[in-house]
Amino acid sequence: MSKTGRKIVIIGNGISGITCARNIRKSDDQAEILVISGETEHFFSRTALMYIYMGHMKYEHTKPYEDWFWEKNRIGLLKAWIEVVDFDNKKILCHNGNSIAYDILVLATGSAPNKFGWEGQDLQGVQGLYSIQDLEEMEENTQNIHKAVIVGGGLIGVEMAEMLSSRKIPVTFLVREKNFWDNVLPLEEAELINRHIREHHIDLRLETELKVILGDKDKRVKGVMTSEGDVIDCQFVGLTVGVSPHITFVKDTKLATNRGILIDEYFRTNIPEVYAIGDCAEFKEVPSSDRKNIEQVWYTGRMHGETLAHNLTSGKPQPYKPGIWFNSAKFFDIEYQTYGWVPPVWDSKLGSFYWEDKGGKICLRFIYDNSNKKIMGVNAFGFRLRHDFFDKAISEGWLLDKVISNLDRANFNTEFYKPHHKAVLEQYNKEKGTKLQFTKVPFFKRLIGSRT
Amino acid sequence: MKKLQIIGLLVFVLGFLIFSYIPFLGTYQLEKEMVEQKVKPEHTDAMVRILKPMFGRQYGSNFEFITDFNELFKEYNYDLKVREEWDQVIWDDYAFMLTKSASQGDVRETPLLFLGGSILIAVIGAMIYILPLYKDEPEGIKNNGIYFSSMKSRGVLGIITGAYLILFYVILYWFPEYMTNLVLMLDPVSQAISGNEASQWFLYGFIYTLAILVMGIRMFRKYKGNAYQTLRTGSVMFFQLAFAFLLPEILVLLNMPWHDFKNIWPLDYSFFYEYRIDGMVSSGALGMFMLVWGIILIVLGVPVLTYFYGKRWYCSWVCGCGGLAETLGDPYRQLSDKSLKAWKIERYMIHGVLVFAVVMTLVTIVNYFMEFGLLGQATDQLHSIYGFAIGSAFAGVIGTGFYPFMGNRVWCRFGCPLAAYLGLVQRFKSRFRITTNGGQCISCGNCSTYCEMGIDVRWYAQRGQNIVRSSCVGCGICSAVCPRGVLKLENGEEEGRINEMPIIIGNKSVSVKP
Repeated sequence: MSKTGRKIVIIGNGISGITCARNIRKSDDQAEILVISGETEHFFSRTALMYIYMGHMKYEHTKPYEDWFWEKNRIGLLKAWIEVVDFDNKKILCHNGNSIAYDILVLATGSAPNKFGWEGQDLQGVQGLYSIQDLEEMEENTQNIHKAVIVGGGLIGVEMAEMLSSRKIPVTFLVREKNFWDNVLPLEEAELINRHIREHHIDLRLETELKVILGDKDKRVKGVMTSEGDVIDCQFVGLTVGVSPHITFVKDTKLATNRGILIDEYFRTNIPEVYAIGDCAEFKEVPSSDRKNIEQVWYTGRMHGETLAHNLTSGKPQPYKPGIWFNSAKFFDIEYQTYGWVPPVWDSKLGSFYWEDKGGKICLRFIYDNSNKKIMGVNAFGFRLRHDFFDKAISEGWLLDKVISNLDRANFNTEFYKPHHKAVLEQYNKEKGTKLQFTKVPFFKRLIGSRT
Repeated sequence: MKKLQIIGLLVFVLGFLIFSYIPFLGTYQLEKEMVEQKVKPEHTDAMVRILKPMFGRQYGSNFEFITDFNELFKEYNYDLKVREEWDQVIWDDYAFMLTKSASQGDVRETPLLFLGGSILIAVIGAMIYILPLYKDEPEGIKNNGIYFSSMKSRGVLGIITGAYLILFYVILYWFPEYMTNLVLMLDPVSQAISGNEASQWFLYGFIYTLAILVMGIRMFRKYKGNAYQTLRTGSVMFFQLAFAFLLPEILVLLNMPWHDFKNIWPLDYSFFYEYRIDGMVSSGALGMFMLVWGIILIVLGVPVLTYFYGKRWYCSWVCGCGGLAETLGDPYRQLSDKSLKAWKIERYMIHGVLVFAVVMTLVTIVNYFMEFGLLGQATDQLHSIYGFAIGSAFAGVIGTGFYPFMGNRVWCRFGCPLAAYLGLVQRFKSRFRITTNGGQCISCGNCSTYCEMGIDVRWYAQRGQNIVRSSCVGCGICSAVCPRGVLKLENGEEEGRINEMPIIIGNKSVSVKP
C-alpha cells in the first residue's frame, strides 16, 4: 500500500472517527487526513453532554484535546454537513456546495435518536438527546417549565432524568419494561436501580408506554397520554427509546446498507476504499457470539477506530477481534461496571452468585458456567472493579472460587472505602459451603498500601 | 434552597459586613506613655521627640492618625537618610503597635462584644447554611450548577470575593495599622491562650483556622459517603487547629519561640534565618528538638514519606496552605488552567522559586558561619526580596486572593518551593500514582475539570495510562467525580507505575509486540 499522498477523509468526529484519525497519524506520517463534522469543529466527549446541562462543565471542558492538537498532528478539520457522496468519482459534496475529493473514505457518522411514529412526536418541546444541537434545543425547551416526561428506560433516559432533576424539574419516567433496563440487567440489579431512581423523586412508571403526545394550538407539547390512559400535563417530552445508525445521506446510493452501513470484519463496505466504523456500522456477521451486529458503545467505537487505523497503515490488515466485553454507566449516583457476559436471564447451564449490601445500593453479580464453575462475567453496582483483573480472569477462565478469593485485589474502590469484598467472601462461603480466604497481607505491606 | 439556609447566608453576610466596618470605628489618641511602653529602649527618646506633636490630640479616624504619624516619622528618617546617618535611621515599623495602643472607644472597651458581633455571627450564619446542605439527598457528587454560579465561575460575586481577599492580604501584610481594631477585639482570646496581646498575625491565624474548620464541615457535607475526603479533611482541620494555631501560641506562653512543628523548609523559608536558629538554640532541649526535628523533616521526612505515599501525605493532609485550599478553596477548584502552556509556565515558576529559596538559604547559612562578614548585605537583601515577593505577595495575596480567578492552588502549583521539592521526589522516586482502570475512560473531562492542580488527568486516563505527575497533591477529587470508576489513588510497586498502553485493553484485533 503506497503511503504517500493518500487523502483519507473521515466523516464524523466522534470517538470512532477521531481515534481512527489519531492512530493513522501515529503510524503514517505522510497521509493527508481530513475529519469532517457538521456538529462541531472539534472533537468533544458525547458522554459528557449531560454534565454541560447540569452545570458541572462547560462545552470547552468536554474537549479531550486542546485546539492546537489538530494542527500540530496535521489532522485537518472541517465543519460541514455532507449532502451526497459520489462514490464513483470519489468525491463528497458539502451542504455549502464545496466538493472534496478522497482516496480513502471512512464513515463514522454515529447515530440519531429513534422516533416510532407517535402522534405529536414533532411538536415543539419533544426531542431526543444525542448531539450538541439536541442539547442546545433541550436547554431552550426546558426553560421555565414545570414538568417533564421521559419515554424509554435506557441509558439516555436515565441521564435525561438526572439532567432535569438537577434543575429541579419534576420528571415522570415511562418505562415499557417490567423493570428499568431489564432487557440488559438481571432482576435484582434492575430493581436496585428502580429504587434509586425513585429515591431521586423521579415518578418512575414501569410497564407503561407512551400512547399520544398532546399539543396546544401553538404546536407546543402540553401533555402525554400513557397506555394506561392517564394524561400527564407536561411542557417537555424526552424521547429516549434508543438510537439508530445515522445514515440518511447514504441511503439509496450504491453503498450497501441495512439498519446501518454493512461491513465485513475489516470494516470494509461493499465499495472499495470506503469503510465504516462506530455506531453507524453494521457487521454482516457478528464479531463474536456475545456481540451484536451494531455496536453503539463508546468503547467499541474506540476499538473500531484503533483497528481500522491499523489496517489502513500496516501492510497486514487484521480482522476486528474484540476481547472480553466491558461497559460502564452511571445511574444518578450509582456507578455500573460490567465485564464479560451477564445476560438478563439465564437457564440452568449458567449459575449466578449475587451479593447486595444492606443499604440496597451496592451489589455484585457473578455469572459462571455451571458445568465447570468458570467465571463468565460480572456486574458491579456502586463497586469499582479492576478492568485488567477481570479481563484476565474471564479470558483465562478462572474458577469462581479463585475470583472470589482474589476479590481484594480486584477491588478498585477508593482508599478507605468500606471493605465490602469481605462481606462478599463471607456470603459466598456461607452459600457455597466453601472456606475461601483472602491471602493475608502483612501489616507493613498494608501500611504502605501494597497491592500484592 | 431552604428558608433556613437563606437566613444563614444573610446572617453570615451581616457578620462579614460588620467585620469589615469595625476598622472604621473609634477615635485615636496617642500618649507619651504608650510610646515609652511600646518602643524599643534605644528608640524611645527619638520616637517621643518625633511624635510629640500628636500627644494628647484626638483623631476621629485611623486614617487621620496614621497620616500624621507617617508624615512625622518619614520626615525624621528622611533627614537622616539625606545626611547619610544610617545608624540613626529607625528601620522598625511602629505604626501598627502605636496605632493599636492609641485606639480608643467601644472596641477597646468591649472587645468580646465586637468579636461576637462580627466573626462569631459570621461563623454561626455559615453553619446555619452549611449544616443542612444536601440533607435529604443521597450520597453522590454535588457539582450541579457550579458553572451557572456567579461565585464559582468567575462571575460578579467571584470577582468581588477575590478583590476583597486581595485587599485584605495587602492590608494585612503592608498596612496592618489600618486593621488595629480587628486585632484589638482578639486581645482577650490571645491573652487567654498565650498571655500576650494579639498581633495582626494572631488575627490572621484565628480567621484562617476558623475558615478551615467551617469550610471543612462543608467538605464533610459535600463529600459525605466518601471516606477518603472525610479523613483527609479531618486531618487538615486537626493539623491547622492543633499544630499551626494552638501549639505555637502555647509555646509562646511557655516562653519558647513561636514554632509550627509541621511546617517544613523551604515553605518555612525563614527556618535557617539567624533569629530563628538563635531562638531555637537558646530555648533548651525543646528548642534543640525544634531544630533537629525541622532538619529531620527536610532530609528524611519528605523523601521517605513521599516515597511511600506521594506528596499528598503533606500537601492535602497536613499543610496549612493546602488545608485552606482544600476547604475554603474547594468551591473554586475547577478554575485552574489545564492547558499545556500553563503546565510549562508552572514548571519554570515553581522550580525557579525552589532555586531561589535554596540559594537564599545557602547564602544565609554560609553567612551565619562567617559571622556576618562579606555576605551580610546580600543576605539581608535576599531575605527582604524573598519575603516580599514570595512569602507575602505570592503565597498570600496571589495564593489566596486568586482563588476565585485561577483556582485554589495557585501558590501550591506555581510557587511553593516545598511542593516543588516534594514533587521531584514524587515524580522520580515514589510508589504513588493514580491508577487508570484499563479501558473504562469515556473522556468526559470531569477529572481534568475538577483537578485543582490543573493536571489534564483525562489526557492520561483516556490512553489507559496511570497518572504520575510531580504536581499531584493527591486530593482524590478526580477519582470521586469520575462517573465510571476509572481512577484510583494508590501506593504500589514502582514497577509498572508509569505504563504505556498503545492499544487499550479490550481490543484483541491488534497487538503491539515488543
